Amino acid sequence: MANNIDAVPVKLTAKDFSSGQDVRWCPGCGDYSILAQVQRSFPEINIPIEKIVWISGIGCSSRFTYYMNTYGFHTIHGRAAAIATGVKIARPDLSVWVATGDGDLMSIGGNHFIHTCRKNVDIKILLFNNEIYGLTKGQYSPTSAKGLVTKTSPYGSVDYPFNPLSLALGAGASFVARTADSEAKHMQEIIKRAAEHKGTAFVEILQNCVIFNDGVFDPITSKENKADKMLILKHGQPMLFGKDNKKGIKLDGFKPVVIDLNDPKNSINDVWVHDEKDISHARAFILAHLADDPELPSPFGVIRQEFKPTYDEGVERQIAHITEKKGKGSLEKLLFNSNTWEVN
Amino acid sequence: MAQETEKETLDLKEVTIRFAGDSGDGMQLTGSQFSDTTALMGNDLGTLPDYPAEIRAPAGTLYGVSGFQVHFSSSDIHTPGDTPDVLVAMNPAALKKNLADLKRDGIIIVNTDSFDAKNLKLAGYDKNPLDDDTALAGYKVYPVPITTLTSTALKDSGLSIRDINRCKNFFALGLMYWLYNRPLEPTLKWLNSKFKNKPEILNANETALKTGYFFGDTTEIFENRYTVEPAKLKKGTYRNISGNEATALGLVTASIKSGLPLFLGSYPITPATDILQFLAGYKNFGVKTFQAEDEIAGITSAIGAAFSGSLAVTTTSGPGVALKTEAIGLGVMTELPLVVVNVQRGGPSTGLPTKTEQADLLQAVYGRNGEAPIPVLAAATPSDCFYMAMEASRIAVKYMTPVMLLTDGYIGNGTEPWRIPHENEIPEIPVKFATEIEGFAPYSRDENLARPWARPGTPGLAHRIGGLEKANITGNVNYDPSNHDFMVKLREQKIQNIKNDIPDLAVQGDAEGELLVLGWGGTYGAIKEAVDKVTSRGLKVSQAHLKYIHPMPKNTKDVLSKFKKVLIPEINLGQLAKIVRSEFLIDVLQYNLVRGLPFRSSDIENQIVEILGGKNGK
Ligand code: SF4
Repeated sequence: MANNIDAVPVKLTAKDFSSGQDVRWCPGCGDYSILAQVQRSFPEINIPIEKIVWISGIGCSSRFTYYMNTYGFHTIHGRAAAIATGVKIARPDLSVWVATGDGDLMSIGGNHFIHTCRKNVDIKILLFNNEIYGLTKGQYSPTSAKGLVTKTSPYGSVDYPFNPLSLALGAGASFVARTADSEAKHMQEIIKRAAEHKGTAFVEILQNCVIFNDGVFDPITSKENKADKMLILKHGQPMLFGKDNKKGIKLDGFKPVVIDLNDPKNSINDVWVHDEKDISHARAFILAHLADDPELPSPFGVIRQEFKPTYDEGVERQIAHITEKKGKGSLEKLLFNSNTWEVN
Repeated sequence: MAQETEKETLDLKEVTIRFAGDSGDGMQLTGSQFSDTTALMGNDLGTLPDYPAEIRAPAGTLYGVSGFQVHFSSSDIHTPGDTPDVLVAMNPAALKKNLADLKRDGIIIVNTDSFDAKNLKLAGYDKNPLDDDTALAGYKVYPVPITTLTSTALKDSGLSIRDINRCKNFFALGLMYWLYNRPLEPTLKWLNSKFKNKPEILNANETALKTGYFFGDTTEIFENRYTVEPAKLKKGTYRNISGNEATALGLVTASIKSGLPLFLGSYPITPATDILQFLAGYKNFGVKTFQAEDEIAGITSAIGAAFSGSLAVTTTSGPGVALKTEAIGLGVMTELPLVVVNVQRGGPSTGLPTKTEQADLLQAVYGRNGEAPIPVLAAATPSDCFYMAMEASRIAVKYMTPVMLLTDGYIGNGTEPWRIPHENEIPEIPVKFATEIEGFAPYSRDENLARPWARPGTPGLAHRIGGLEKANITGNVNYDPSNHDFMVKLREQKIQNIKNDIPDLAVQGDAEGELLVLGWGGTYGAIKEAVDKVTSRGLKVSQAHLKYIHPMPKNTKDVLSKFKKVLIPEINLGQLAKIVRSEFLIDVLQYNLVRGLPFRSSDIENQIVEILGGKNGK
């Protein structure tokens, strides 16, 4: 449990977190799963409803705030992270969450995103990544694959996409994780882990847009492909995947390679053991870029977690320190604290 | 030590001095030290710092000249002075650039050492004006080898030549202290606190200051010294204050008087950065300053803080307001209290970052998408920024709305003596947060049409707000045509109601007559001085000054319609004039001069005289 939040024993259920508003996403949209997993995991994070604030920007994902029975603020395009930052600095006692999409967070809101990560503001950012602009009806986004044909790229997009994990790591986020709308249990676990983390927690959730980019993640997350294409990371465990977990990732210098454990030449001891807390950023980046090689699987789970003081803590600490040093400010003294003179 | 030679001291009513030199010459410091000391002497004063946008423009160039003008008097004054009586020119460029502004028989004190071939050429002089009988004819010129005298005095200081040269502004300051009979102590005290960890710099500057002072005493070149008696100001304790510092103090005061923690989200921008810098120092008042990644994060972080129950503020200048526009609209739609301070500068675009202007009025009143009314306030003088910052805060929290406070580069950086109010003389700002679960609705209305402020953390009041159109009372998203029409009108009505909660527009002079001069914002001093001057010559003119521009005081139309003519001087192309015409169908005369500088009161005086044909009311 996030330790700066006044935790009280409250027995809440998923239903307590539903605002009762009609949910208006398209039938089959991956956003439904995200809402359900958040509502299911929130009773377990042990934070009273009134201490939770959801902030969102603009886009399909950002309607999320209306459906959560917490304090909520559906703001303007791209600015959710900056508004959440203001909430958290002003009120460190609150648990602050951002629901956002790939366009909202990484295009129009890119600057706020990287600076929030850099400052390590204690907010949780859930990125609903569907690699498309949904609410404006199907234009390519900053995470769309190069060559994607959309309404604004009728001959294929010529843009290179962002790798969200790599961007978050590069910007200094202290918690970087990944999950998918199709993985209910996994997502709940990751949400709880994010809630516990103190600092900027970034969670990329692969989210299927059934209308404009349907099946974009099937090569990774579909039933047929997931065993070979999803690498589920577990702290302290070797990176295994494939049918019966018989494939492993081995680090050959800086190059990750797949080894077949059915082959007696290979040993489980050769397999790279995941260390979330690894001080070196290098291995986290290798993980974030694992699937750049089409032979390799995509990473899911907590890529990296680092413990460092948060921005909002720093602000509080400085105020406390200066107040202790100078004494609580007196307005009368402040007004008269200068070269003054008397007129009689 | 110098021999006390008795020189006749002449008593002057008022003096305007302009210090000018390279942007690396320390003229801003010299000017502000002279002003602070003069304030402590009890004179009324006004100042005008005027510096280039480049931090260190190439030395010796015309565009690198930095100036600081101070006007001080034994009576009540309102401007930094139209035309300097004295010019202190540290180099040829400073002389060339400022000479035209000087009074015909004014005093020029020049640093002769800097009049070498290179500097003369950089300033565009074909020949040395100091050797040219005609170039400075009519002025009283005092050539002083300031650099040589300073380095001679500091030859044993152990400092490098470069560091020694940097002390020459203190020589000039010392000389001016002698000439105008000011004590050295305030500056000595300032030096002691500033350089307490750098004793050699401290000593050198002290020596330069004293050497300048004694030079005045011993040299034969000055026939007289001058003095300006203290002004008869209202009884009280005074300090010299700039508009930006006053704004910062006003915001802290509003925080204390409302019991709300102060949050400032801001991005550095000239000429507003000082407010962020001042507030960043008030940590023991619980002030939280967030230096954001950009202007948009400045305001949106403040909106987040407002939602969470802080007195939320963002400070900027015109280009920053342009970037914050969408977020102000969010504040309007979600009805959150927020103070937006615009220290206006010359525009458009990057414009004139270090110069003043009043051209963001229409942006403040109208510059948003959709019908997005917000109250717009404008401070009139440096010290008025204190009161208007409190007013902006009071209105924001009472009416649950963003409020724009307009100041400008001139009053933001300029200073004047301020009679400091005591804490117990300043009214409280009442704030009520919603806590009752029974009957709570996020968009219900109080008697002022304000919605309740329900902070996160309040049990049972969890609710959602956002930028989509709201249904009244419930705050649910609503696209119904008649609801939108209702809400657009309700938001407008809420702001219009503020008319009943602000002081009436006051008239100085007769309440009716031939001519009213109507101003707003930082032009107050120049207009006041012009009106006072023509009135003392027997002309009949009245003055009114708007500090609440949207909505305007409810008697505004009445006030204006009692005059045959209304003149609106503005440092823009007639933005208030446009609003007055469209609001009241009253035609007005405009006077517009957009030079990046405050008005000279003589400009306005001439306008008044021209309008009145020079004879009215005599
Ligand atoms: S457009 Fe796509 S992302 Fe948006 S609600 Fe529909 S399915 Fe979901």
